[in-house]
Amino acid sequence: MKSTFKNILHSPRFMVGFIIFVIMLLTVLIYPYFVPRDPLLSLGKGFLAPGTYFSVYDANNAPMYRVELPEAAANRLQSDLPESDRKLILDFLKAKGADTTGLNTSNEGIEALLEAWSANYDEADVKKSKYDGFSTQAKRRALSRLDTKLKSFASGVSMNVTRGDEEGAEATKVSGADFARVDQVANTISLPLGTDNFGRDTLTELVKATGVSLLIGLIAGTVATLLGLTVGLLAGYMGGIVDDILMFIANIFTVIPGFVLLILIYYSVGQEARGVVTCALVIGLTSWVWTARSVRSQVISLRNRDHVNLSKLSGHSLPRIVTTDILPYIASYVVMAFILQVSSGILAEAQLSLLGLGPKTTDVPTLGLMMNWAKLFGAYTSSNAWWAYFPVILVIALTSFSLNLMNTGLDQVFNPTLRD
Amino acid sequence: MTKGMKKYFKKKIVWFLITFVAALILNFILPRLMPGDPVNAIVGKSISPGATQEQVQEQMAFYRHQFGLDKNLFGQFMDFVKNAFNGTFGVSYSQYPRKVSDIIGSGIWWTIALQLPAILVGWFLGNILGAVAAYKRGVWDKVLMPVSLFLSAIPAFGAAVILLVVFSVNLGIAPANGAYDPGMIPNFSWSFISSVIAHYQLPFWSIVLISIGGQAVGMRSMSIYELNADYVKYSRFLGIKDSKIVRYVFRNAMLPQVTGLAMSIGSMVGGALVAETIFSYPGLGMAMYSAITQSDYPVISATTLIITIMVLLASFMLDIIYAFIDPRVKAAQFD
Repeated sequence: MKSTFKNILHSPRFMVGFIIFVIMLLTVLIYPYFVPRDPLLSLGKGFLAPGTYFSVYDANNAPMYRVELPEAAANRLQSDLPESDRKLILDFLKAKGADTTGLNTSNEGIEALLEAWSANYDEADVKKSKYDGFSTQAKRRALSRLDTKLKSFASGVSMNVTRGDEEGAEATKVSGADFARVDQVANTISLPLGTDNFGRDTLTELVKATGVSLLIGLIAGTVATLLGLTVGLLAGYMGGIVDDILMFIANIFTVIPGFVLLILIYYSVGQEARGVVTCALVIGLTSWVWTARSVRSQVISLRNRDHVNLSKLSGHSLPRIVTTDILPYIASYVVMAFILQVSSGILAEAQLSLLGLGPKTTDVPTLGLMMNWAKLFGAYTSSNAWWAYFPVILVIALTSFSLNLMNTGLDQVFNPTLRD
Repeated sequence: MTKGMKKYFKKKIVWFLITFVAALILNFILPRLMPGDPVNAIVGKSISPGATQEQVQEQMAFYRHQFGLDKNLFGQFMDFVKNAFNGTFGVSYSQYPRKVSDIIGSGIWWTIALQLPAILVGWFLGNILGAVAAYKRGVWDKVLMPVSLFLSAIPAFGAAVILLVVFSVNLGIAPANGAYDPGMIPNFSWSFISSVIAHYQLPFWSIVLISIGGQAVGMRSMSIYELNADYVKYSRFLGIKDSKIVRYVFRNAMLPQVTGLAMSIGSMVGGALVAETIFSYPGLGMAMYSAITQSDYPVISATTLIITIMVLLASFMLDIIYAFIDPRVKAAQFD
């Protein structure tokens, strides 16, 4: 027993899978303490791209903020309007015959230059009348481009925001002229993964959904493994008519595909009764078959071993024989089967929810429900909101990947022939 | 044919028939447990807004009679069996008066044309990769194994969505849904066929990509198991050529993989559900999905019956093939 544990801990595959899984589990457990927000709280409208947002209006009556950036516009003009452009403006004004007294290309003269430009420039006019030095197509195009550039300066250059009351008296100057540090602005919210279609914080929702999906996987896996183990043990050990009947039931479950059965049971249960636990139970009840089959075939090969026969001759009861003489031999297999059942339970929930057959949609998010919402609200077509579905797919893949790694790692420990 | 063999097959056939009958009954009952009255929905759609109460009642009675819903459950079951055996499967509720066989007939070819090649290609590629990884070991194995493990961990719908977003929405080089351009009428022109091929790519590769990973992982571990078997070591001592040994090894390692292939072909229709709904591919999975959402009992029963029969046939064939090709099964079952 001790050496087995040591072997497991020395198996790199198992450890990598285990570490990934534990990291995910810890995130699920610890995250709510850092972000105590309700995962289904709606923060805005529709898909917001990942980023940091500040509240447009303030519900808490906190002092209003006005960030004043008086220098910004001028600074930007100075750096973005090079000497050559200013010269072009001056040349144009001269060519048109406008009053150019007092205009120059220095930094201080920009404002006046721009005013003169907007007073004199007219696109249609320039096209019609050919001014001196601006007769060619290329020159006229250059003027047109310059005009577009200047217009872009005019719109939305200055962002005037001050903190204080209506009078704006006591203004906290945000340090630096051009940029404000985000954490100095009140009521910001950081959305590393943006929001989903309902305006919920995707990251918080995803962490909660991962937890719920893991729970579903765990319940479904436990139910399926226990059921499969019981059926397999009974069928394998008792044999005869019990075996025939149990295997007949198992066959029915194989022949009517689990997926179809799930959908039908789901619809029969109805939308209202479809909680997370019901969902997990239904998945567990439909996926025990292959565990039962493998357990049965292993028990059949065990039941004629000497130590089992000896136990029988000693008059031990059936439960005792099963628990002491048979179970220990298949324990490793059952653990591995359990891990795979958990992983396939999570997948089954995701697929069901994707088809709109998941748990009731108002209580908690699950990974499958998030996929379903992303699909329904066009996250991957019209909105192109990768943050609403790609992290979900990644989490599902990582979960099954870690569980599968743990499984192959255990396989190598228990079956030495598979070792590298 | 020995006596043991005969007994084995007789037992198999008896269980096959019993399972079939039980499945038939379940296929009939389960959809009818679903809530929602299909007749209500149809009458609600077809009746004119000014209709009187009597007219509504009359309409409902008419449809109930048409669908045989006025009979008791046993009578309905006999109708179901009769219709199943004459191949029409009755009339669809949601697409009245279209025959169920017509709906299935138009869907099943799309499903088979999509799934069968995809399953086979994925199976072959996966097995070749797995066998090479097991035989070559080293870098091949070190890189291939984690990659295939990760690939096989991506859920089917995840792969479908990623392909859809990358190749259809962002790159715009493949159409996103349907089996052909919606403006076209199926015919044998080149433009129609090229449209079908273009629409085929994404669903096809989404299925192939997923199955490669799983198959490679399975084949690799089976091959390693066989490569370490005693008969391989013995053959090496005898000085048998490596290429010859490898052929035996992979033939043995293939056996469980063949099971997997047969089962995935058998459960093709159910497996098509996800890919078909994401790409709106007009196959049987889509037909089943829309039937479920509209309580269309005859279509649900018929599609699940097809799945049942396919899975049953696949596992039956496997039992028989195994009995001949695998000496271990032969020894265990016939004595």
